Amino acid sequence: MKAIDPHIHMISRTTDDYMRMTISGIHTVAEPAFWAGYDRASAACFRDYFHQLTVVEPARAARFGVKHYCWLGLNSKESEDLKLADEVLAMIPEFIDRPNVLGFGEIGLNKNSKNEMAVLERQLAMAAERNDLVLIHTPHLEDKLKGTRMIMDMIRNESRLDPSRVLIDHAEEHTIGEIKDRGFWFGMTLYPNSKGSPERAIDAVEIYGTERLCINSSGDWSVSDPLSILKCANEMRRRGHPESAVNQVFYENPKGFMGQCPKFVAN
Amino acid sequence: MRAIDILDLYFIENRSRIMDIASFLDRIDRYEGAEEAKADFRYQAFLRILDITREATQDRAKAVQVALSDPTAEPLESAVGMKAYGAWKGAAK
Repeated sequence: MKAIDPHIHMISRTTDDYMRMTISGIHTVAEPAFWAGYDRASAACFRDYFHQLTVVEPARAARFGVKHYCWLGLNSKESEDLKLADEVLAMIPEFIDRPNVLGFGEIGLNKNSKNEMAVLERQLAMAAERNDLVLIHTPHLEDKLKGTRMIMDMIRNESRLDPSRVLIDHAEEHTIGEIKDRGFWFGMTLYPNSKGSPERAIDAVEIYGTERLCINSSGDWSVSDPLSILKCANEMRRRGHPESAVNQVFYENPKGFMGQCPKFVAN
Repeated sequence: MRAIDILDLYFIENRSRIMDIASFLDRIDRYEGAEEAKADFRYQAFLRILDITREATQDRAKAVQVALSDPTAEPLESAVGMKAYGAWKGAAK
């Protein structure tokens, strides 16, 4: 099968992972800018990071026949420092028009604080100004429900943003309904032992349908699996779903969302 | 597929998951300081969601998620030094 992983942090993965992904059918990936597992010392670190996302990583991916796209922005975990945020947001225009950049992401909230909201609001305005796509990170665990609602209210207040051009990621059972009702795309993330599982993701497909859903690995530097979307596709098959529906969820849907950016061409 | 097929397909692996939960609770009991751990908001939340899983008749996964979530609507003044625990600490107050 062909599959697209719309959210995976390839800079943290090995070339072996690229090889395993490409021989298994994952030929297109998108990598959101995110937290590195530690807080960066200065804005200069982000300049290096954005260079890595827009120049180094697509070249590394291409060696394995994988098309690499990315999203740019300041993640919510490092948004508490407003001075840092000022400096990082000021450098985004230097990178945002590069050929593999799809839009702003993953931007959002982490602990639902006032500073996180202020930085998110600024990035939503930048995306709206450019009519760029937006990929939203929602908080994990006990903060997700509250944060998802706050984020959706903020997007609603930015009237230039069309919900059909925004994907709200890391959705789970208690947030999917409200996200879909408001017209957004939603993402479900597969983690081996901490959050979403293939079984629960396919439960959501059965309950909410295949429309406006993207399933991703969010593979990164922590416990994660770059082949998890294929394992999830297999979960869908073993419940008897037709191959056309599997293809819709794991290939056509991410292609449909990211394809709203003219730069995106799926492999 | 019918419900009995779902039972066939998933029974053994979910039996294993229940065994993991039972042994997790036994492990806490076996170690020194069990009473302190059992008074922790996370342990109390865990017992609540076990009850929800048993007592709810539908939408159990959503009900568990909501039971563990922060139900407030106001933003925090600051997130400095804060982390997620998996259960809302405010529920223990």
